[in-house]
Amino acid sequence: MRGPTIIKAEDDKTRQLNKHTLMAFSGEAGDTVQFAEYIQANIQLYTMRNDTELSPSAVSSFVRGELARSLRSRSPYTVNLLLGGMDPITEKPHLYWVDYLASLAPVPYAAHGYAQFYCLSILDKHHNPNISLDEGIKLLGMCTDELKRRLPIDYKGVLVKVVTKEGVKVVDFDNDRIVRSA
Amino acid sequence: MPSFLSVQLQLTYDAGSKTTIFSPEGRLYQVEYALEAISHAGTALGILAKDGIVLAAERKVTSKLLEQDTSAEKLYTINDNMICAVAGMNADANILINYARQNAQRYLLTYNEDIPCEQLVRRLCDLKQGYTQHGGLRPFGVSFIYAGYDHLRQFQLYQSNPSGNYGGWKATSVGANNASAQSLLKQDYKEECNLQEACAMAVKVLSKTMDSTKLSSEKIEFATVGKTKEGKIYHHLWGAEEIDALLREQGLAKVDDEPEAGEIK
Repeated sequence: MRGPTIIKAEDDKTRQLNKHTLMAFSGEAGDTVQFAEYIQANIQLYTMRNDTELSPSAVSSFVRGELARSLRSRSPYTVNLLLGGMDPITEKPHLYWVDYLASLAPVPYAAHGYAQFYCLSILDKHHNPNISLDEGIKLLGMCTDELKRRLPIDYKGVLVKVVTKEGVKVVDFDNDRIVRSA
Repeated sequence: MPSFLSVQLQLTYDAGSKTTIFSPEGRLYQVEYALEAISHAGTALGILAKDGIVLAAERKVTSKLLEQDTSAEKLYTINDNMICAVAGMNADANILINYARQNAQRYLLTYNEDIPCEQLVRRLCDLKQGYTQHGGLRPFGVSFIYAGYDHLRQFQLYQSNPSGNYGGWKATSVGANNASAQSLLKQDYKEECNLQEACAMAVKVLSKTMDSTKLSSEKIEFATVGKTKEGKIYHHLWGAEEIDALLREQGLAKVDDEPEAGEIK
């Protein structure tokens, strides 16, 4: 595909907050990184001061609080977030959907941006509560295939990170697979 | 013969006998005086059991004419997951308890979960420490025993004093006769005791450290932190009937028509 605008493909739109929590963000350029790193610094400060990690649910409440405070300020952050984390005590995974209006929702799957209009229906059809990590990555593959078929931009793929009880790691994901139109 | 210099120094220390100033021996007198004041206050003790914690406190009856508070005056709830016992000046304690409650609620507002016990104890102790260092203020004349629960470290028992030091304990006491209470606790404490046994031990120790051997619900306060069958954490300040029942069970209750030693009828 050709055009005057090129999307930077290798941009990492995530920040690791503590050992078991990862935050992905989208929104206004500048705001996103600024806000994410502000949150990251504060969560890291908590870990240092208290020698313990905040649970993903505590992190989500903190982030929502900061966004809500920002929303009523003179220049609010325009940032949408996804928070993924593993509770280090209960060892249960959590996913939170947060938007720039400081809405917070625990969800089984989530997406932000234009891509959500293509992905959510696929996720709705194929997700089930007992899905494994491998199945989850396959489901993500179905979503990116759909984006390759239908997104009206030169879609260059995704960066995939996984949060487990061992921490956060980048996993290999084949972004170069050719997808024929259905 | 004291030299001019030492007289000069003496004056300086006296005039500025503030918490900010070390004595030549390296001591902070105001802090030590505060600790001394507490050692005359009613005894309070806490015992950690495997399924809960008990706090017990002696309530000093100052006058028969004084209206007896029906509510607790030495045991306070700080939070859904924490209670504390006070030894020392009640007016000072009120300030600190208010501060603790506000901090606990602020944490709940920010993180939507209860503050971990040690963090709350540390915040209080940071405040207490500040009053041992910044000029012109006297330290808080209060020691606390805290009993609480969090997911991180389950049931926990802490003690703090006017210097701002704190520590975690299995069984501890503050106030009058705390040295003898402490040695009794050391003697009787069993690592695997349950809450019921801990309650029995608490009244036994109190009965030995208090002036009167026969106790009643007017003279002591009692509180427990535990877990319900459903796994929910509760804390409970005991009513008079419950305390009297426990005292009867342990054979420590005062019989009404039996005059107490030293009491003129």
